[in-house]
Amino acid sequence: MTGKDVREAIISILVDIAPDEDVSSINDQDNLRDQIDLDSMDFLDIVMELRKRFNIEVPEKDYGQLATMASCVTYLEPLLKDRQLAG
Amino acid sequence: MPRDWLKGAKSFYDVVVIGSGLAGMTSANLLARLGHSVLLAEHHYNLGGMATWFKRRGGHVLDISLHGFPCGMIKTFRKYWTREMADSVIQLKGIHFDNPQFSVNTTFDKVDFSRILNDHFGIMKDVVDDFFITVRKMNFYDDLVMTTGELFQKFFPGRKDVWRFLMEPITYANGSTLDDPALTYGIVFSNFMDKGVFTYQGGTDQLIKKMKKELLKNGVDIRNHCLVEKVHVEDNAVNGVRINGKDIACKAVLSNSNLLTTIHKLVGDEKFDPQFVEEVKKVRLNNSSCQVYMGIKKGEKIDYVGDLLFSSDADEYNTEMILSKDVTSRTFSFYYPEIRPGTDRYSIVASTNAKYQDWASMDDKTYEVEKNLLIEATLQSLEKYVPDIRKKIDHVEAATPKTFKRYTLHPSGTSFGTKFEGLKVSRDLPKQISGLFHSGSVGIIMSGWLGAANYGVIVANEVDKLVRSLDSKKELISASV
Repeated sequence: MTGKDVREAIISILVDIAPDEDVSSINDQDNLRDQIDLDSMDFLDIVMELRKRFNIEVPEKDYGQLATMASCVTYLEPLLKDRQLAG
Repeated sequence: MPRDWLKGAKSFYDVVVIGSGLAGMTSANLLARLGHSVLLAEHHYNLGGMATWFKRRGGHVLDISLHGFPCGMIKTFRKYWTREMADSVIQLKGIHFDNPQFSVNTTFDKVDFSRILNDHFGIMKDVVDDFFITVRKMNFYDDLVMTTGELFQKFFPGRKDVWRFLMEPITYANGSTLDDPALTYGIVFSNFMDKGVFTYQGGTDQLIKKMKKELLKNGVDIRNHCLVEKVHVEDNAVNGVRINGKDIACKAVLSNSNLLTTIHKLVGDEKFDPQFVEEVKKVRLNNSSCQVYMGIKKGEKIDYVGDLLFSSDADEYNTEMILSKDVTSRTFSFYYPEIRPGTDRYSIVASTNAKYQDWASMDDKTYEVEKNLLIEATLQSLEKYVPDIRKKIDHVEAATPKTFKRYTLHPSGTSFGTKFEGLKVSRDLPKQISGLFHSGSVGIIMSGWLGAANYGVIVANEVDKLVRSLDSKKELISASV
């Protein structure tokens, strides 16, 4: 998976978790929580979806790495480099 | 021969969930959706735990714990259950307080509370804003030095009327008091203040029916009349359970039974580190409740007097008095036909917080007498708001902490799990015994409908992580052979 694929995978998860939010306008450098309505349960859902879809584990101490889209991609890219984007 | 309630059950499941409260059902549903085989064992003939109801002759349907939850429940229904359930959530807009200190109506949200604190109680706007910001910011990792009483004293020194306005509803919501850590208050109060109080249109019966359907659709093996007697542990890891005398193997157990029952009875102290058992002994159970259920005759109506009424004759808010058997404070939940569209029925449920020992020590005769006194006092109190209530009801009965114990098997009939320290013990179980998890009303924060359901999700995530790691280890071993 390339960085672009990783971003696409995260967007696809966000669409499932927050269907009423506009994910097309997300600015990668800003906090996700300031742009779309996400609470701590939603972040837990992101972690569960990553495990389910790609069999990767984000330990609790690394949850902070999921704060912005850019930090998500930086953190997840090495973990997902051997995975394929579904569909 | 008694019926075999486990007929057709498998000899092995990935996960056995003990108990079908909102935490147990939500975690079972999520784990099944994540692809695990799940057995949900419930000792009672119904599902729901405290989220339950009962029917009585005359067409009465009476809800036990459907009093109002925060709007966060909409999201929880949508994400972990169905969109249809989320769409059935409606707001309760008439929340009333009536006591010797004040009588006010509110929609129970931040905007309206700020207005009342300003206009009615004369609190400066910046103090109110600062208070809301402070409680909103509180989280689980905060220090526990400050109690709710101290928090109130800091912002509203000596204003016992304000304390009552802020505290009384939360006491009814989760059994917490002025002596509990302020963060437990802050988290729960902020959840409600977000948008107000909500309920499930259709009633508890419709909700649990839909949940059952969804669980079955996702492949959960639901078994009622199935009492889990033992959780089997070997080499510090869970390997099965005994249900109705039959052993069933599993990779993980998620207990939605009471925390202390799970440790002392289902697993056994000897399986834990002695130091951990010492910590468990310090966990205090939360209090229990009494309720009086009143069914309104078919064809009778009651005028709208609000959805929730916090009524009290006590001069001021006082923890001991709120728990006392000589009841001076109670919450009335009014159920109008809008709660169950298509019906034209009304009912009223009065709830009070109560102590188990006050009721458990009575002989049978005294117990019946005391229950009737409770009913009589409740009707007397209600007459103030619904003057001809005695003529309008054709069913009335009372439940006590003993009743709650009988149906939920909770020690001392606790209706809100444990005090704050229980949460750490609950979270630490898997560190003691691999594959052993607990979820359910615990630590005040994880209490009520929203707290219990969300805690079910949090723990299901841990269970999923463990079961997947066990599976991938197995794959590695079989690949290397």
